[in-house]
Amino acid sequence: MATINGVLQSQRRTNNLATQLSRFRELGIVLFLVLVIVGALAVEPGFLNPFNIRSILLWVPLLMVIAMGEMMVIITRGIDVSVGSTLGFAGIVVGMIFRDYPDFNIYLGTVLGILLGAMLGAVNGALIAWVRVPPIITTLGTLSAFRGLVFIVSGGRQVDPNHVPTALIRWSQIGPFGIQLVPWAVIIAAIVAVLAHLFLHFTKSGRNVYAIGGNPDAAQLRGIPVKITTFLVYAITGAMAGLAGILYASRFGFVNPGETGVGFELTVIAAVVIGGTNVFGGSGTVLGVALGCLLLGTINVALAVLGIAATWQLAVYGFVILLAVTVDAIIQRELRRATTGE
Amino acid sequence: MTTEQSPRVPSKAMPVTGTGDADVARPQSPASERLRATLVRPELVTVALLILAFVVGAVLSPFFLDAPFLLNYTSLFIEVGIMAIGMTYIIISGNIDLSVASALALVGTVAGILYFDLSVPMGLTVILSLALGAILGWINGALVTRMKLPALAVTLATLAFYRGVANILVGDDSRPKLAWSRDIVFPDWYVGVNRVYIPGTAIPLPLVIFLVLAAILGVVLHRTTFGRWVYAIGTNEEAARYSGIPTQRVKLLIFTLSGFLSGLAGLIMVSRLSVARYDHARGWELDVITAVVLGGTDIFGGRGSMFGTVIAYLLLIFLRTGMGVANIKAESQLAVIGTLLIVAIVVSNLTGRLRK
Repeated sequence: MATINGVLQSQRRTNNLATQLSRFRELGIVLFLVLVIVGALAVEPGFLNPFNIRSILLWVPLLMVIAMGEMMVIITRGIDVSVGSTLGFAGIVVGMIFRDYPDFNIYLGTVLGILLGAMLGAVNGALIAWVRVPPIITTLGTLSAFRGLVFIVSGGRQVDPNHVPTALIRWSQIGPFGIQLVPWAVIIAAIVAVLAHLFLHFTKSGRNVYAIGGNPDAAQLRGIPVKITTFLVYAITGAMAGLAGILYASRFGFVNPGETGVGFELTVIAAVVIGGTNVFGGSGTVLGVALGCLLLGTINVALAVLGIAATWQLAVYGFVILLAVTVDAIIQRELRRATTGE
Repeated sequence: MTTEQSPRVPSKAMPVTGTGDADVARPQSPASERLRATLVRPELVTVALLILAFVVGAVLSPFFLDAPFLLNYTSLFIEVGIMAIGMTYIIISGNIDLSVASALALVGTVAGILYFDLSVPMGLTVILSLALGAILGWINGALVTRMKLPALAVTLATLAFYRGVANILVGDDSRPKLAWSRDIVFPDWYVGVNRVYIPGTAIPLPLVIFLVLAAILGVVLHRTTFGRWVYAIGTNEEAARYSGIPTQRVKLLIFTLSGFLSGLAGLIMVSRLSVARYDHARGWELDVITAVVLGGTDIFGGRGSMFGTVIAYLLLIFLRTGMGVANIKAESQLAVIGTLLIVAIVVSNLTGRLRK
């Protein structure tokens, strides 16, 4: 009896510690965010003007919607590096429809984009869950296969700004009640984040995502539908990449086969990892990832405002990912030491 | 060349070229079983595809079956082959290195900076650049072994970081700079390695470098204790550690080797194109991994051969050549290579099941 109590007590302590650490981790991102903003303010006192805040907010949606899916994939111990190509595919196909049928309903177009993305995501998911091709190989393969598809369907031609419906472009210009500061695209991303949180915490499938990442074998033994859940997270990620393709057309007003979404997977994975998602799987929070996206957006705008050349961007990303992964590894190690050492 | 690297995979498969000692140690198996063992070797699929690519290429275009043309074409992607040699070690040990193409670009740009901006003599520049490649690989290895981080996360970060540093160093420009006088170039002896041939033949020097490296490192992988350690770590790292293998040092060494080969590939690429840019070989990590996996190396580690990698590299080259002469666009070629990677794994999964 005493031993059972002891085990329960130590388990509760572990859970408390883990929760505290994840809060601590999120606090860490906020602190880093404040540091970047203070640094930018010191050099450029007008950094936090409405125009820059709007730039930061506009930078986030594209990243945030895919990051929510990618987070689920990484929680299940997988990875999806094909999101940039999926984004490009959904963007170019829907863009071409808008070009050829100028009266096409933009909401229908958005739904179509999400479905196209989900379809490509389902290809990844099926290969990973049932054919058992490792995630990194599958998505490295589809990263180029989907990009090839983008060129094949578009014939290498870009969708020009005058062909993207103005109503769609307005999503990235004004928000509800004509508010300029928070355009609709930002609201859409916020809704996606809230839905992701509700899915992960209040549905059975959502809890299963964590269970699979925590211990795939145990999840299998407990009767959790591992394959279907795995398939689902890749399909969701594809769908979100499809939505991002529409948001891209809205934000930039064009879709280019050789440019749209190229290399974007790195930014997405950076945001997810910086947001405290464990690269070994099993843990990650929507709040953390959302903060990670906001941090990357702020760094990006700060680099531009401070006149630091865009050439620094890639190295800064690489460094921040490395920093985040290392800090997490140290936290994990301390956590393990604290719980097993007692 | 290829007989020296005859594959010695630690699987139940029989060696293709039965050379004495190994056979004596094994119980003689009936001929049919031996045939079956040969047929399910993972590299066999690649060899079959290679022959198929040849036939299809020859049918599609009369220009394909031209030996000097094909040999010259190997130089265009020789960097992929050289990096694939290191990647074979990395993947057999159960790791992955996504940063190879970025390390290539960084070493190339640093060579340009050293020679043009800092006036370091070219000979010394070559040595320093090779050392830098090894250091970049060592950094990956140190983060994986000392910090106990997954190789995928580390090398994904250094993929961005290394190319990012290259971008900071030269910006969107190149070395020599576009605006400079045409007289400011890399020295004559360094540029144009792909235009050097073995005297009296049509065999370009880069291909020879690749094959010699593959032969030497193939022998190390398949014939030395160190090579056995690499397989042991890839099969079960925990077990390997308990049997006294210095797993951390071995991993550190193979990441360093991978970085060194990327550096060498970077120098060859700059020599070939006579210009250093930060976006050299962008995305080529995919081709490198494709070559290794297509060659029958198990992505989860523990199984694979250098012979397979060499064959798969040649297959990729001839596929690209074939699609090129058949006027298939570069972007569609991308789709084919990506699909091929997935198909290779699926087929290898199937033959793996057949083997059991």
